[in-house]
Amino acid sequence: MAKYILTALVNNHAGILAKMAGLFARRGFNIDSLAVGVTQDPDISATTIVVNGDGHTVDQVLKQLSKLIDVIEVKHLPAEQAVSRELSLIKVACDPTNRSEIVQVVNIFRAKVVDVAPDALIIELTGTGDKIDAFEQMVRPYGILEMCRTGMVAMRRSGQ
Amino acid sequence: MRMLASKALVQVLEEQGVRHIFGYPGAANTPILDAVGKSSIAHILMRNEQGAVHAAAGYARLTGKVGVCTATSGPGATNMITGIANAYMDSIPLVVLTGQVASGLVGRDAFQEVDTTGVTTPISKHNYLVKDPNDLPRILEEAFWIAGTGRPGPVVVDIPMDVQRMRVDYQPQGTPQIRGYCPHLPATDADAAQLADAIRQAERPLLVAGGGILIAHASEAFAALAAGTGLPVVSTMMGIGAVPCAHPRYLGMVGSHGVPPANAAFAEADLVVFLGARVSDRTVSDTEALAKRAAVAHVDIDPAEIGKNIPCDLAIAADLADFLPRLTRALAGYTCPGGWADKAAERRAAMPLPDGKKRGAVNPKYLMRRLSEATGGRAVVTTEVGQNQIWTANHYQFARPGTFLTSGGFGTMGFGLPAAMGAKLARPDELVIAIEGDGSFQMSMPELGAIRQWGAEVKIVLFVNRVLGMVHEYQDVNFQSRHSGVDLGAYPHYPSIAAAYDIPCGTVAENQDVDSAIAAMLETPGTYLLEVLVDRTESTL
Repeated sequence: MAKYILTALVNNHAGILAKMAGLFARRGFNIDSLAVGVTQDPDISATTIVVNGDGHTVDQVLKQLSKLIDVIEVKHLPAEQAVSRELSLIKVACDPTNRSEIVQVVNIFRAKVVDVAPDALIIELTGTGDKIDAFEQMVRPYGILEMCRTGMVAMRRSGQ
Repeated sequence: MRMLASKALVQVLEEQGVRHIFGYPGAANTPILDAVGKSSIAHILMRNEQGAVHAAAGYARLTGKVGVCTATSGPGATNMITGIANAYMDSIPLVVLTGQVASGLVGRDAFQEVDTTGVTTPISKHNYLVKDPNDLPRILEEAFWIAGTGRPGPVVVDIPMDVQRMRVDYQPQGTPQIRGYCPHLPATDADAAQLADAIRQAERPLLVAGGGILIAHASEAFAALAAGTGLPVVSTMMGIGAVPCAHPRYLGMVGSHGVPPANAAFAEADLVVFLGARVSDRTVSDTEALAKRAAVAHVDIDPAEIGKNIPCDLAIAADLADFLPRLTRALAGYTCPGGWADKAAERRAAMPLPDGKKRGAVNPKYLMRRLSEATGGRAVVTTEVGQNQIWTANHYQFARPGTFLTSGGFGTMGFGLPAAMGAKLARPDELVIAIEGDGSFQMSMPELGAIRQWGAEVKIVLFVNRVLGMVHEYQDVNFQSRHSGVDLGAYPHYPSIAAAYDIPCGTVAENQDVDSAIAAMLETPGTYLLEVLVDRTESTL
């Protein structure tokens, strides 16, 4: 089993996300993440899908997605050609004794503190999934109160 | 021009050449019915929404045109689900128009509200919820275009009641342009040459005809290919009729319910060429084993079918109408190895035919052979699902393409009777025969009312054994003959049912009377019910 990145341009029509999600569920495709957002053309959304599986699975996901009328194009994006990022928000428990220690970790990861309270910090971190995993490991001992991740968005490198 | 959205809807239907719309009314689609009532289109009232979809499917299958049906919101729409799923599995072009509760009530669990686009998403080629009446004409034009092009299928258009009653500007738009939808898949000579090479190199090549050949109207090109090369041909259930069943190279239907000559050839072939077939589990139960013993080539207009069920050595995504003539040209001068093809043909010739020796009940396979003989294999034949379907598939000798209308992929009992009605209304000059089992018949029996009301003069052959025969047989084989839940009991008395609908009826209980019973059915003008008493232990194969 390997992870594959697929990118799809879709018509920004009601229900397209449900159609894609339903397709994955119905055909038993194993999806790690699905991220959607509008492009420079407000009628078109770009989606990034991370699929877990083998070559046959990816071939089928590509073909089945292409069959959806509102999918304009869908491509496999090899990891070495991809610029990929994920954004996460992590609420970490803190107190006056360890706050600066946590902020040090934040700085090392080039993350940002976006909210401060006496007993918690909300940290924003952008990067690859691995980087976010590593950061999570580092702050786990302080106590993660809440965490959410966007899932991967990806784009082909220019000139590839 | 400014007009009611419902009127614009009917104008699009007229532009598309629609003459019949099969339906059932409810509050939420009454504006549509009101506009239909003022138009050139006939609304054919069925007795259940499911019957409306099946009738439209029969209509579409026989004509190749998009069939149209309508129902109201909520239960009207959900009653159509089975018909829509059936059409999706068998690639039948339909436009399904459902009424929806008024826009302001959508999402509030209003009376007769259901999320129609939600429930039809996995069983339709595409669907729409029309929110803005100005989008309605464009959406309908797209719906017809999507339903009828590429690999055909059902498209659902869900229209809130208030939207149907708003005013819109309507101008016919012509062929829709849908970004990302490119249904035309042209074939190439290079692909044809590659497959031709594989065929030339094979010692025992075999062609598998799927329903795609019929949908592409490529049966003539396919018959030319088979005749020119002498390649043996088997078919899937949906592919029956791709060549005339009497064609010297045709070995019959392949698969779990197929015939021995076809399955023997399939087991021995070293190259299997699937043409417009999905390679379903009923056709090939063990795809891995097949891929190991033979090379596999797969040609289909739907790229997603290639490699889905069976690994393949040669994948060609193309329109068969374009591809088959190229393949025939690429195979010019080629003749299939005689030993292989002749052995296959001999096996077929040696297959014993069902006989009429038995007393006390009719042999249904014998009856299908006699019916085939009496009609020259030229009737339009619909079936239900169960033993009646297999008896028909293996024993009616179809002489013309596209005249076997059956529920192949979804296996929908209750399909055949309304489908026969739709087919008859589409082509009143054709002899349309519905082959029924007494289980399936009772699922759609109320449609006899619609058949009589609309003058659809179909012939009904009803096999009566008072049991759900295929499951009964399955329980014999797999459950030590513990028959559970399959006995239909003694009722109803079918001649009385026929009489209630004022339909002439005959009964045949002995093989020796089969020919005269068939003759009486065919000679009696109008609708006719032939009750055929068969033994419940009769085998499917």
